[in-house]
Amino acid sequence: MEHIELFFKSIFIDNMVFATFLGMCSYLAVSKKVSTAVGLGAAVIFVLAITVPLNWLLDQYLLQPGALSWLGEEYVDYDLSFLSFIMFIATIATMVQLVEIVVEKFSPSLYNSLGIFLPLIAVNCAILGGSLFMQSREIPTLSLSAVYGVGSGIGWFLAILAIAAIREKIRYSNVPPALRGLGITFIITGLMAIGFMSFGGMLTGGDEKAPKENKTAEVKLTVDKKEVLANNIKLNN
Amino acid sequence: MGLLSKKDAKLITDPLADNNPITIQVLGICSALAITAELKASIVMAVSVLFVLGIGNVVISLMRNIIPSKIRIIVQLVVVAALVIIVDQVLKAYAYELSKTLSVFVGLIITNCIIMGRFEAFALGNGPWRSFLDGIGNAAGYGLILIIVGFFRELLGSGTLLGFKVLGDPIEKTGLYAIGYENNGFMLLSPMALIVVGIIIWVQRSRNESLIED
Repeated sequence: MEHIELFFKSIFIDNMVFATFLGMCSYLAVSKKVSTAVGLGAAVIFVLAITVPLNWLLDQYLLQPGALSWLGEEYVDYDLSFLSFIMFIATIATMVQLVEIVVEKFSPSLYNSLGIFLPLIAVNCAILGGSLFMQSREIPTLSLSAVYGVGSGIGWFLAILAIAAIREKIRYSNVPPALRGLGITFIITGLMAIGFMSFGGMLTGGDEKAPKENKTAEVKLTVDKKEVLANNIKLNN
Repeated sequence: MGLLSKKDAKLITDPLADNNPITIQVLGICSALAITAELKASIVMAVSVLFVLGIGNVVISLMRNIIPSKIRIIVQLVVVAALVIIVDQVLKAYAYELSKTLSVFVGLIITNCIIMGRFEAFALGNGPWRSFLDGIGNAAGYGLILIIVGFFRELLGSGTLLGFKVLGDPIEKTGLYAIGYENNGFMLLSPMALIVVGIIIWVQRSRNESLIED
């Protein structure tokens, strides 16, 4: 349940493009055609799904305060978290390079569709942002971090697909000359972001706590009633 | 002649207007939008990028002849990451509250496309002094947009500037609020940043028709 909740939350509510503006540069630069947008989106899902769990392991066993305790007693006091930026970005850059080599070797057709986008991705803020948010939101387990990576990748994919489709159609509309191209894309993205804000109430769980308290209160009440009943019975006897 | 020759001065003034990194080159938008709800955060972000881009451009420019071109991206990332760690540690030490507001966006300076873009496009092919000027110019152009967006969002959204109540007190109904003015809370939400930048682009391109795309 926790996994499903995080999955939908990272796609819709904390959507990388619309809620946190991550990966905007490639989002604006590569969204002129739907086919290239799909290629880049798929590559982002792929790389996020690999790097977020990997960086979770690094964070947990190397970088957090006290994370080095598995090395022995004397390492408990070390806090290497100031190194996280450089570790994360190095992991991402090497992983992207590694994935590129492996994909080229084993699946030339996939390489042809994803290959040109992979080098772009090393400097995409969405990838580093995924790892940094994973760290700052303190995601507790490895499987949850994998779910978070895949979910935010899918959210990014949806966003770039939607804007690319709109930009293909908007060529036929009469946009004011000064707004053509970049300007109108910004404004459309803003409007889409307003739309995505309406997902905000989807998983708040705001109603969850109150009924629980009511339930315990009711249980107490029934207990009280039972006691009263028991007392009455005793009295009657 | 003075300190700067005409060509060098152009390196600084160009990115401020007609070659602005955000509105024309479309670089570095990610961090530009997320932290502009307050003017103070925008200014700190602008100064951080100024520091990282100025120093980073010089370092890359000094190393440009010894970096093998195959691994240059990783070398560039390491240089930026080292500089950003300095910025992050300084912010945590001297402005802890602010570094909490900026949260992960300080770290995201590393993947700010402005920085990689200027390294690739300028520092790899030019000497250190010119690269320094180019870095300062582009960071200033970036900072200018950030400050404009931050100014409008804070002024219209919460009626303050840098935390000072310039429009009067909304609770006690002084100043502008006395005649029925209300804050537009919508300006503080993230989508409005996109729309404000869109409007800036609109204004800029209407004034200079050569920038219009077809």
